[in-house]
Amino acid sequence: MTSDRPAGAGDRRRLALITVVTVALVTLPLVGSSYLVSVATLALYLAYVGQAWNVMMGFAGQLSLGHSLYVGLGAYVAAGIFVHFGVGPWAGLWLAVAICSAVGAFIGLLAFRLRISGVQLSLLTVAFAELARIGFDHLDWFGGPGGLFLRVGDRNHIDLLGFRGPPAMYYYAMLALAAGALGVCALLLRRRPGYYWRAIREDEVAAQALGIDTFRWKMLAVVLSSAMTAIAGVFFAFYNNSLFPEQIFGFGRSIEIILGPVIGGLGTLFGPIVGAVALVLLGDGTTEILAKAGVDLPGARQVVHGLVLLLVTIYLPNGLWPPLARALGFQPRRL
Amino acid sequence: MLSVRDLDLYYGDAQALAGVSLDVPAGELVALVGANGAGKSSLIRAIAGMELPRAGTIRFRDQDVTGKDSHTTANLGIGQVAEGRQVFPSLTVEDNLEVGALLPRARRKMKATMQEVFALFPRLAERRRQTAGTMSGGEQQMLAIGRCLMGLPDLIMLDEPSLGLAPLVVSELLRTIRLLNEGKGISILLVEQNVAASLKLAKHAYVLENGRIVMQGRGEDLLHDDRVRQAYLGL
Repeated sequence: MTSDRPAGAGDRRRLALITVVTVALVTLPLVGSSYLVSVATLALYLAYVGQAWNVMMGFAGQLSLGHSLYVGLGAYVAAGIFVHFGVGPWAGLWLAVAICSAVGAFIGLLAFRLRISGVQLSLLTVAFAELARIGFDHLDWFGGPGGLFLRVGDRNHIDLLGFRGPPAMYYYAMLALAAGALGVCALLLRRRPGYYWRAIREDEVAAQALGIDTFRWKMLAVVLSSAMTAIAGVFFAFYNNSLFPEQIFGFGRSIEIILGPVIGGLGTLFGPIVGAVALVLLGDGTTEILAKAGVDLPGARQVVHGLVLLLVTIYLPNGLWPPLARALGFQPRRL
Repeated sequence: MLSVRDLDLYYGDAQALAGVSLDVPAGELVALVGANGAGKSSLIRAIAGMELPRAGTIRFRDQDVTGKDSHTTANLGIGQVAEGRQVFPSLTVEDNLEVGALLPRARRKMKATMQEVFALFPRLAERRRQTAGTMSGGEQQMLAIGRCLMGLPDLIMLDEPSLGLAPLVVSELLRTIRLLNEGKGISILLVEQNVAASLKLAKHAYVLENGRIVMQGRGEDLLHDDRVRQAYLGL
């Protein structure tokens, strides 16, 4: 776990790189166009939910293909009490996190007590997401299939309490969330939960034989992952201002969440970030270029995402980050 | 140290163990032999708390551990080296060992224990930063035993440790097992398909057939028993 290499040119280069990236991220809204800010916000959003999903699958080895459940639930809970009772996003955040953690715990309890794992577990997560999608179509309180709309605030005035303001505010909020998630994950991986999760991911029976309470640590991964994803949902509600069951709970949304970490590098700390950035750059870059050329191809983004996934799976099965890390002089450690 | 009484274990309707009684006295090496599917691994899993027996009791150091979870039994000092060298392949040797020392009973002594394990298996020290999956079968088995030792067990249950290893490696392994027992005073329950070798090593041995103990006695005596020779040694 420790590095024996002496500090040298490599460390200075890494420090320089980290500084450049940090400065670029912080100053982006000041120098970039509003389009760039919205694309960067999307990339950070995907990096954050990817990180949250990675806790469950990348670290603990429990595959969820229904993470849109927690995004949607978090979004609808916070938006619902805002629309109906005028309760602001900060209070809504706690309720969303509490409800999503509880739902995550319920699914975990159901699966792990019944010894459901692997493909069956992922199908169970899909089933719950689908249940929510269909269920919310029939919940009039949440607007049903017609959607739930939040009053759009003043875009020129920053209202932190109401989480209303210019695009740059949402960008910085997402940046803080993504950075925070990275920090939490880095910390957890270096401590006991990280060891337990990796042991469970590698070989659950062996982990159990070593006296690891696999149930408890798998539950922690699921609850933490769902709670983190809930926060993304609350952000989404107040950023997007409209929610539709089809749009937020859809299976495609769950896939979108997992693409980043899978392409970037499953189980790595920077994989979800690198993957999200690559997907957004290539996806939106392509649609932008096509638009400039006057070609309107709906679904071009999905085709690009599919191609990237295909190429990465064939040529870089460990994802983009490990080779990139080596090239940049970082120790590419699959945690 | 370990005392199993009248243990019944079922998988659904299929009975895996029927009235099994077995003792491992403190500091002794006890062998359990039997054909494939006789229930050897089931017995180990039941003792470790990974299967819930339908009837019978398991006592460890005067404590009833029947039906206790594996994290409880492990922390009481029941170590296990599961069948098939289940090391964590993409973790380094060092990380594998650290995972073994996460039990509350062993956590604080991790550094010292790791030095002991490295002294016992110098090869592991040489390969501490290598990922476990890239090592040879014999090295992985050393790591599996070393990882178990990291939990400071008083009793180690070894399930088919020589499975799939070259003869030279097997004899080295058996020497190590003997060293753990005689040198370090760890009680050992050894499950082996290498019947001759394990009977020579063991003070006391049990023969398991179709989930029942059909014979028991001094290892030496069983080695010369005609039925054992016929059924397990092919003589």
